[in-house]
Amino acid sequence: MLKTYTHPRFSYKQSPEQKAGEILRHKLVIIGAGPVGLAAALDAANQGLPCVILDDNDTVSMGSRAVCYAKRTLEVLDRLGVGERMAAKGVNWKLGKVFFKDALSYQFDLLPEADNKMPAMINLQQYYLEEYMVEAISRKQQVDLRWKHKITALEQKDGYVALTVETPDGVFTMEADWVLACDGANSSVRNMVGAQWAGQAFQDRFLIADVIMSAEYPPERWFWFDPPFHPNQSVLLHRQPDDVWRIDFQLGWDCDAAEEKKPESIIPRVRAMLGDDRPFELEWASVYQFACRRIDNFRYGRVIFAGDSAHQVSPFGARGANSGVQDTDNLMWKLKLVVDGDASEALIDSYHEERAFAADDNILNSTRSTDFITPKTPSSRLYRDAVLRLAHECPFARRLVNSGRLSMPTPYANSSLNTPDEEPFPGGVAPGTNAADAPVRVHDQDAWFLNQTGRGFTVLSFGPVPAEYVAFGRVQAKVLEVGKDIEDVSGHLAIRYGADPGTTYLIRPDQYIAARWKRFDKAKISRALARAMAS
Amino acid sequence: MDLNLNPNIDDPDGFYKELIDSQRRMNDTEAAMMNCKLVLILANHIGDREVIRSALRMAGGRL
Repeated sequence: MLKTYTHPRFSYKQSPEQKAGEILRHKLVIIGAGPVGLAAALDAANQGLPCVILDDNDTVSMGSRAVCYAKRTLEVLDRLGVGERMAAKGVNWKLGKVFFKDALSYQFDLLPEADNKMPAMINLQQYYLEEYMVEAISRKQQVDLRWKHKITALEQKDGYVALTVETPDGVFTMEADWVLACDGANSSVRNMVGAQWAGQAFQDRFLIADVIMSAEYPPERWFWFDPPFHPNQSVLLHRQPDDVWRIDFQLGWDCDAAEEKKPESIIPRVRAMLGDDRPFELEWASVYQFACRRIDNFRYGRVIFAGDSAHQVSPFGARGANSGVQDTDNLMWKLKLVVDGDASEALIDSYHEERAFAADDNILNSTRSTDFITPKTPSSRLYRDAVLRLAHECPFARRLVNSGRLSMPTPYANSSLNTPDEEPFPGGVAPGTNAADAPVRVHDQDAWFLNQTGRGFTVLSFGPVPAEYVAFGRVQAKVLEVGKDIEDVSGHLAIRYGADPGTTYLIRPDQYIAARWKRFDKAKISRALARAMAS
Repeated sequence: MDLNLNPNIDDPDGFYKELIDSQRRMNDTEAAMMNCKLVLILANHIGDREVIRSALRMAGGRL
């Protein structure tokens, strides 16, 4: 039981279909109501795609788990209706300090760009995110969230999936056109489809502790290599709301995990770190071994994987929950178009193409950070320490210090959905990159640019446009004309999009750039729209 | 630019003495740390990844 947070208990209800012994075919069944499954359900509801979401528990996450949420994730969550609440409750931070032994080695500033709705990074306990999402889902008629539903078997049929589900009332069968597995790193669905799950586990263990204390430390990320209070290992400190502090202690491979988890082991470690006798209480603790792994294919027939079930990273860099939410951001609009018959299943395969590419980027960054934090050989340890010793005096060495490269959205630089630039385009936002935000005015009210996008495709144009939409088949991209539909009063929008009069962008429903031109050309936009739908 | 493996330092004997003198009073641990720093400093000065890669190959090839 946590002292600063009371876990809600969500009531189990027997579903009418189980009660009636009737086998229903659902359009979409999401397995797992963690941050990724809940994001998928909210996104499905926004797209007008009804779904059932199943979870084997009846509450939000135990312990804090994910802590840091990056700007792009907050933008996605804002589109899903919980971003403003997250930003208001979370601890907004931008300064990271790295200490070696007892001295500051260097510090970095996330340098948040001004005039964006969302901050660069916030810290917030995972259970708050889940609570906010469950509340938002309770207002969505099209989401059927069922607690205490556990998947025990799964069978791929011709064009659908049969699921065996266990509840307190026994076992029943559900059918689904599509299944989205968001059941975490130990995904049982992944085993049921026989997917490969390859990568490496790091020969090291970490104690993750959440501690309650009132402290006047600023909201910064502090990372120590080899500090006097925990020699030869690393320590990471993050501030969360409610006076809860996240501390990661590197323990080494030879530690006794069961022993380290006990309060009598943890308390002296925290006491040594604080260096004084200020009161603190232990909120939650666990011992982890970190690993980086990826599923071989994000899609198995009618079963799709998102979040930790598809890719696992070490926590340095905050790339777990952040990339999981970005998976569903990429997937849900594609699924909607395929379910509606507006696009072929090739569009679902582009989800693997783009998000496996992003997962590999995240794993690469996460592995490099872990290699720096946990050197694998005496010689790599020597180089690591040499970098840290040089960092104080040599600017070049500061760039080599790697205590975690913080989550950034991976551009889908070579995605088959992109239409490459047909002429040089200095500045702006390249195809495959997430759209930039900017303050704008809409109907004489202050607003944010990104909030004007994300419901279907958008055509952003900086010149007079002789159309209100551009279509391919039944799919329409709504035109947003600067100067008419939105006012770029501060000029930020034109600067960020490298715009001259006439400059036109095609923006996908997940707020990624599909194509851009110097002039509005309806035929070209329609072709790019088709390409962005894998048609 | 290719990795230069031809003589490039004036007064080679003087250079060599300067190099070993720099570690004369160090124990093995200190010398190993200094060597790591030296590699990092020189690699940064060179900057060219192709040249550094060739040097890594040359140095690690026949031990």
